Amino acid sequence: MKYVDEFRDPKAAKVLVKAIAEKVDAIGATVEKPVHIMEICGGHTHAIFRYGLDKLTPPGLEFIHGPGCPVCVLPMSRVDECIEIAERPGVIFTTFGDAMRVPGTRKSLIQAKADGADIRMVYSPLDALELARRNPDNEVVFFGLGFETTTPSTALAIQQAARENLSNFSVFCNHITVPPPIKVLLDDPHMVLDGFVGPGHVSMVIGTRPYDFIARDYGKPIVVAGFEPIDLLQSVLMVLTQIAEGRAEVENQYARIVPDGGNPVSIAAIEDVYQPRPTFEWRGLGEIDASGLRIRDKYKDFDAEEKFGIGYATGRRVVEEPEGCACGEVMTGRIKPMQCPQFGKGCTPDIPLGALMVSSEGACAAYWQYGGARQAAE
Amino acid sequence: MCLGIPGQIVKITDKATNLALADVSGVQRQVNVTCVAGGGLEDLVGKWVLIHVGFAMALIDEDEARKTMETLTALGEAQEEFEAMFQSDRALEGRT
Ligand code: SF4
Repeated sequence: MKYVDEFRDPKAAKVLVKAIAEKVDAIGATVEKPVHIMEICGGHTHAIFRYGLDKLTPPGLEFIHGPGCPVCVLPMSRVDECIEIAERPGVIFTTFGDAMRVPGTRKSLIQAKADGADIRMVYSPLDALELARRNPDNEVVFFGLGFETTTPSTALAIQQAARENLSNFSVFCNHITVPPPIKVLLDDPHMVLDGFVGPGHVSMVIGTRPYDFIARDYGKPIVVAGFEPIDLLQSVLMVLTQIAEGRAEVENQYARIVPDGGNPVSIAAIEDVYQPRPTFEWRGLGEIDASGLRIRDKYKDFDAEEKFGIGYATGRRVVEEPEGCACGEVMTGRIKPMQCPQFGKGCTPDIPLGALMVSSEGACAAYWQYGGARQAAE
Repeated sequence: MCLGIPGQIVKITDKATNLALADVSGVQRQVNVTCVAGGGLEDLVGKWVLIHVGFAMALIDEDEARKTMETLTALGEAQEEFEAMFQSDRALEGRT
């Protein structure tokens, strides 16, 4: 246990690690026939590697990394559309830094910026609003990206823009929701998933009830978890305990932040501004029903798709993935990053093929940084 | 972007738009507090919140704030958040 002593509470961690090992034994899981627990959120993937939780827990327990990195599931065609908007004269294109290095078919946003497009990394949609106020002669577009954790922020920014009549501000909305892809993975006969560690901050917004179908319809346990190593260990133990006892429930390990009903103000803002799209494309998962959001007609003046006649509403583009890239399989937990033929060869953090290698929440980036796999590849 | 960062509300700066000044480990930053303003805006002063992309999303206690900060620092996420904030300030001034 080489990492436990670094934890804030090593004693508690040791107790949890021991209890996890006992539960894994009790349910008869072994290296040949492991129990598969998917952590949905990319932040959890990152924490698991940083703290070496995959090494601390017995080999009979396998973490499957889920699709919960919003930048990683972005199809290349979305990045292309961002660049098309950004390259129009008079546009100031604003985005979270995470999206800058995601490869499009021709280039990434960072390359487009180097080529002269006015692309600015902002911390918050509030800063994009402020840019619109300060630059009335420019069109300021914000790249609305992320799961339910960030959706309320762009919804509130759009409401604010409407109140101020800030007609040079718009959002290129690519927000997505967590529950639909989980359903797709559960419906996939090739996936073996015995339980889930649920996302903490998405759940802080939407609450725990949207996961009811996982327990009710699929008979799988899910435990909403915090981000500290102790949180994650405790949540894994809760999932294993449910499996051992033959239960399948939605449990909340992160109740100190996550109310079961979510945050009503955030939910109201999301509903006011957004509506589900009939379908939306995910990199690696394909089209998923009702998994993306678009801006409602009443806010169409602030919808970059309307303003620029671009985006999902106006025409689907199918873009081939680069040769030999296995992003889709890694994203859905079918294979581990090192099994991608490009890992460390055609794809590195400096010259990435997929977003999984450059997003701080991407599984390939996590393996590269912490997995020791870099040496293996070199 | 998804992990957020804890901060303490210092003062309410704009009642009409629910803006407040938050102290994030010594860095002061304007945040929107709409999602946590259920108890009234003035009640928020001195409280700890979890901030995601400039929006306070949940009330937390001081102990939770401290623990979260430690974890974020260990993950390298705290540094990334600060870098994003400074970068954004430069973007506002056109110095990108
Ligand atoms: S190594 Fe690169 S190409 Fe392979 S799955 Fe990861 S991001 Fe995609």
